[in-house]
Amino acid sequence: MPAQGLGPLIAPDPRKETMRHLTKILALALVLAACGGDDQAGTPESLTLIAHESFAEAVDEETFAGFTDATGITVKVLASDDAGTLVNQAVLSKDNPLADVLFGVDDTFLSRALDEGIFRAYQSENIDTVDAGLLREDDLVTPIDYGDVCFNYDKAWFEENDVALPDDLDDLAADEFAGLVTVEHPATSSPGLAFLLATIDSYGEDGWRDWWERMRDAGVNVANDWNTAYYSDFTRYGGETPVVMSYASSPPAEVIFAEEPTDVAPTGVIEAGCYRQVEYAGILEGTNYPESAGELIDFLLSAEFQERIPLTWFVFPANQDAELPTEFVEHTTIPTSPTRLSAEYIAENRDRWIDEWIEVMEG
Amino acid sequence: MDRRVDRGDGGLTRKIRWGWIAAAAPPALFIGYFFAYPLIRILTLGLSELSIGASGLEARLLRVGWFTLWQATVSTILTFLAAAPLTWAVSSYRFPGRRLAMALATVPFVLPTVVVGTAFVALGWTESIAAILAAHVFFNVAVVVRTVSTLWSRIDPRIHEAARVLGASEWVVFRKVTLPLLRPAIAAAASIVFLFTFTSFGVVLILGGFQYATLEVEIYRQAVTLFDLPLAAALAVVQLVGVTGALYWYSRYQERTAVAWTLERGTNLKHPRGRARLAVLAATLGTLVILAVPVSVLVSRSLSGNYYQALFVDDPVVGTPISSIANSLLFAMVATVLATIIGIMAATVITGRSGQLSRWFDLTLMLPLGTSAVTIGFGFIVALDWPVDIRASIWLVPIAHALVAIPFVVRSTVPTLRSVPPETRQAAAILGASPFRVWREIDLPIVSRAALVGAAFAFVISLGEFGATSFIARPSSTTMPTMIFRLLSRPGEVSFGMAMALSVVLAVVTLGVVLAIDRARFGELGSF
Repeated sequence: MPAQGLGPLIAPDPRKETMRHLTKILALALVLAACGGDDQAGTPESLTLIAHESFAEAVDEETFAGFTDATGITVKVLASDDAGTLVNQAVLSKDNPLADVLFGVDDTFLSRALDEGIFRAYQSENIDTVDAGLLREDDLVTPIDYGDVCFNYDKAWFEENDVALPDDLDDLAADEFAGLVTVEHPATSSPGLAFLLATIDSYGEDGWRDWWERMRDAGVNVANDWNTAYYSDFTRYGGETPVVMSYASSPPAEVIFAEEPTDVAPTGVIEAGCYRQVEYAGILEGTNYPESAGELIDFLLSAEFQERIPLTWFVFPANQDAELPTEFVEHTTIPTSPTRLSAEYIAENRDRWIDEWIEVMEG
Repeated sequence: MDRRVDRGDGGLTRKIRWGWIAAAAPPALFIGYFFAYPLIRILTLGLSELSIGASGLEARLLRVGWFTLWQATVSTILTFLAAAPLTWAVSSYRFPGRRLAMALATVPFVLPTVVVGTAFVALGWTESIAAILAAHVFFNVAVVVRTVSTLWSRIDPRIHEAARVLGASEWVVFRKVTLPLLRPAIAAAASIVFLFTFTSFGVVLILGGFQYATLEVEIYRQAVTLFDLPLAAALAVVQLVGVTGALYWYSRYQERTAVAWTLERGTNLKHPRGRARLAVLAATLGTLVILAVPVSVLVSRSLSGNYYQALFVDDPVVGTPISSIANSLLFAMVATVLATIIGIMAATVITGRSGQLSRWFDLTLMLPLGTSAVTIGFGFIVALDWPVDIRASIWLVPIAHALVAIPFVVRSTVPTLRSVPPETRQAAAILGASPFRVWREIDLPIVSRAALVGAAFAFVISLGEFGATSFIARPSSTTMPTMIFRLLSRPGEVSFGMAMALSVVLAVVTLGVVLAIDRARFGELGSF
């Protein structure tokens, strides 16, 4: 392909070239497409796993090597943009699914998937290893990992300005922190929505709007996505706010990806206002290979795969037996009582909450 | 006697008609299957569940729709003002570094929005309408410079000289002679900049703060976050209607104002003398320095550590970042080939006949540029399992790029093709040339330079494309923009520095490709 990239630009007979290229590309597309589907039940040669981009793009040959060695089945991974897109795509294609297993749906999007009946019940043989707090009552999806969305703070800024860390969300709404806090928009950012849920849980249906009004009056900064919040607005990266909504796993990442090797994380986690996001995997209804798909779920919960999770995706393994890397133990705080709302409760109210939040913030 | 003439004429017309159909079929099939069909499927699916009358919705829609239209119009006007000096300089004069200047102006076009966003914020442009407009100008200056200068540099200098001899001042010549001749190219560039900014997503999200939303942003929020597919579909229809309206007006305008006039074989560039020298220098350097400011932020950040070396090291999470160049180049080549071939065929068809059919064909080809990425991506999911299931094919990525790039090829070639006097083609046909031969001997040589401009854009669009492909479910295949985004998705100085370094590499690759394509020749230009 590369050698003929500019072919038609110098070719003497563009019409022939056209047909050649079109035929080639279409043929290639058709062949690739045809490779996907064989309809025989039993053990397939390969299974397809669909996941959001941040998961799918970090998969390499080694990720599923253990599974392939044990079962003889290879795993093809399809990437979808984010958890919301992923669930939408699974729902839109439920009559003719794109994959056998879906990974990466969280509580905020789970109800939508369950309402549409896209998953097939399965109880993993490794389910006993999972932290009981993460389990759901039904067997439709299996928890694979969790991450805590928490405020991070810039240690250097707090030392220089001699400011005490906030103990709770009320402190953050006080004058002392006016203009010093960045959060993400709940309609465009997953940590943004998670934190909105945390405030709803902390202050209840009657009080959360009041807290956000105080934050608005104190000039809270709202970024539309995590990238902007962290890399543009955070004082550590030249921004204006020393407190930013991020993840409990961000400080370990700051150590691992530090310019100069360091033993001390430059950022810390504020325990107030943390929200626990759980990511699930499920077998898609309509798969031709439910048994093999179940084996893949078992593998996702196995110690081999689970121990890969922290340093690859910067979240915590659901399997309690999986050993954590030292960076994760040393440089982060696992919040003792993070908020978590049920998927069903979120589904009933999410749209209203977001609308009301926008109303409050637009004043 | 009469009958013989009649018969001869009829045969000619028939031949031309068959030629027209043969040329129209591939672009029609491509757009039909990869755009119109998925679009219709997803919109009917969404709209079938729509319940009208949700409270407070109309006011919000009106506000979002108005803001979308307003910012796109203002952005387009500002882009033209910003691009005017450089366009004038490269269209009128030959000077050292002319080609480099044009290539440099293309670099912003390819940079990922999220990266430019951080640079703008670092420069103090934050969360305001001004920041959105400034970013739109920054991204789109190249569209105006390249599209307009292609035509401008080939205006016969004798027209200009004749007007001067007759006593017109430079300004009068520009206003009464040059500007009317340039109208098709100006309209072409304006339509593209307008569509780009009308469907702006990343810029508005990153630099607009949460108060501002375009239809594109709102469609994303409704479809992806709020699962309101019906409302998203309704918004997509509003967006399509707006885009179609603008395009319809544009195509009528273009047809009405197109004048057939003789283009020169090559470009007519003078060496600047006296005061003109200073003006060219000021126009070129001035524009480039302004464009360079945000880029220099990236460069200086990328140099603050050993980040370029890090791009060559295998990272346990993201792999070897530099290897993403291979995927990017492969996709870009496929997309460029597809877009160039289909675009040239389409342009030939559009200019070959006038009238409603041609106009709507042209318009449909432009629509992908003005359609939200979410709509196209979700359309692929519901539609492309027929006749064979290609929904998970990696080739949908360059195909999606080509959909966005075809309008560039069409827009950069149509003005040139329209300028071919119809008598030239008729003469050739009467002398016995088949329609294909006419096209090959007359249209192709004329159109080749303009097509190269389109091809360069197609390549660059594909290199920098991020939005349209993120809603396609696809086997993981990291391109430079996705790698940059992944690096920016994890905390840490090194992640950030590497993202900046890879952005600079992307800019350099773009520069190289654009320079190479600008130098390429499609054989000799024909004379006529």
